Amino acid sequence: MNQNNINQNNIKSIVALSNVVKQFGEKEVLKGISLTVKPGEIVGLLGPSGAGKTTMIKIVTGQLEATSGKVMVDSSSTEMGMMMDSLGLYERLSCYDNLKLFAKIYNIPVERIDEVLKKVGLSEAKKRPVDKLSKGMRGRLALARAVMHEPKILFLDEPTSGLDPTTTNQIHELILEEKAKGTTIFLTTHNMAEAEKLCQHVALLHEGKIIEYGEPKEIGRKYNHQKKLQIRLYDGRCMELLNNKEAAEKVQDYLAQELLETIHSTEPNLETVFMELTGSMLE
Amino acid sequence: MRNIIAIFQKQVKETFKNKTILIQFIMFPLMAIIMENTVKIEGMPDNFFVNLFSSMYIGMAPLTSMASIISEEKEKNTLRVLMMSQVKPMQYLIGTGSYIWGICMIGACVLGLTGTYEGKELVAFLGIMAVGILASLLMGAAIGTWSHNQMSATSLTMPVMFVFSFLPMLSMFNEAIDKIARLVYSDQIYTLLNNMGYQSGYQLEIALENVAVVGVNMAVAILFFAYAYKKSGLA
Ligand SMILES: Nc1ncnc2c1ncn2[C@@H]1O[C@H](COP(=O)(O)OP(=O)(O)O)[C@@H](O)[C@H]1O
Ligand SMILES: [Mg+2]
Repeated sequence: MNQNNINQNNIKSIVALSNVVKQFGEKEVLKGISLTVKPGEIVGLLGPSGAGKTTMIKIVTGQLEATSGKVMVDSSSTEMGMMMDSLGLYERLSCYDNLKLFAKIYNIPVERIDEVLKKVGLSEAKKRPVDKLSKGMRGRLALARAVMHEPKILFLDEPTSGLDPTTTNQIHELILEEKAKGTTIFLTTHNMAEAEKLCQHVALLHEGKIIEYGEPKEIGRKYNHQKKLQIRLYDGRCMELLNNKEAAEKVQDYLAQELLETIHSTEPNLETVFMELTGSMLE
Repeated sequence: MRNIIAIFQKQVKETFKNKTILIQFIMFPLMAIIMENTVKIEGMPDNFFVNLFSSMYIGMAPLTSMASIISEEKEKNTLRVLMMSQVKPMQYLIGTGSYIWGICMIGACVLGLTGTYEGKELVAFLGIMAVGILASLLMGAAIGTWSHNQMSATSLTMPVMFVFSFLPMLSMFNEAIDKIARLVYSDQIYTLLNNMGYQSGYQLEIALENVAVVGVNMAVAILFFAYAYKKSGLA
């Protein structure tokens, strides 16, 4: 466990978990989780299916109680927005009516409904009942409901799981828009690229433990043992060189001969880090 | 109050599109209209079919619809989303229950008007129905809360519904069944209706037994609900 890596700077955190354990009967699903989330950032909880991501979100949002440990969330439940893996939409009601129910409950003007429907690209489908929507549209509707009351903190449980790349990108855009407004976002995913793209900090969750925590780039660099250089020459040759003195001389040669087209230093991505730490793949 | 109204309005729209539930509300009043107007047997008491179908209606419609709505909301996770947005369990139950109660009362009006009830008798008839519907609702809420999904709710609702809706009728034919049937609210409601509806010059007679049985049935439903709620919560 790399608890030392958890940034403990002096900005007040909006979520703080300390040594959280969750058992279902005999089975220990979370084995001492400590994690803090700072206001305004996107934190990603990354792990394969069954790692305990949903359980953790449920504990933070108060849907489940931890067996032991401390959970602090600096936000009232009306200041939270969430999109769980089972979306919880009324199948027979239209998009509009689904949101209208919550507009009433949150006591926000009904004009806001059209606004958020437009934002998630469902204006055209506003009268359509949920059971006639595609999976991606349902996801966007659930996201619209999660953000319609402008929550202070947004919880997204695998918001793009099982969606096509186009819809995934649309949802990423929406998530980034929310962040730009200053919303703190806590999301889970088993998609490395998603975490790298969206998150300021990621926690790698494996079998109920956080095995690594930090900025995605930082983690990549930390596990960059091989430090390879990828080189492409004008004559079409591509090669990988170890990042050492020998390579420097070679590169110098290529430069002198004006052969060098591109040169990259490679960093392992979160996927390879995860592989190295656990010996298993994410998906 | 705002939440209760929001839930109520949601339920109006939702039920309107939910055929299996809609049919519950319409079936017995419709059958009563048809039977009262087509079947005429010599010496048959006034309001025979109206009273019979009214007690079956009470045993079935509020109970199954309440159980099915709550269990579906649990299964589809919509109830959890409501609870997470600060809708209190009581607000949800009142919003949903008052809607079901209201729509069943409309059915009760149709039943009453199909019979020969009018004026004070109609009021008494509706009063009895109102209590019966409430007892049935509580029972349905308990079953819905107990179940994790619609399937398990249905398998629990079926036998319970049969007991409540058919015992009153079966008790007419069999002394032994009548002894048991007396213990369930729908049979007592049936007795109340018959006592005032079978001869002209209707007189509402409420015996201690009627009140006691209906009261105990409601109390059992509330205790069962409380136990189910404690066990698995509303979401
Ligand atoms: N209510 C529950 N009862 C028993 N086991 C559970 C329950 N919820 C989750 N689990 C178990 O906890 C583990 C983690 O589940 P979950 O948090 O859903 O993982 P993830 O969201 O990362 O896929 C799984 O092995 C799952 O079977
Ligand atoms: Mg999950």
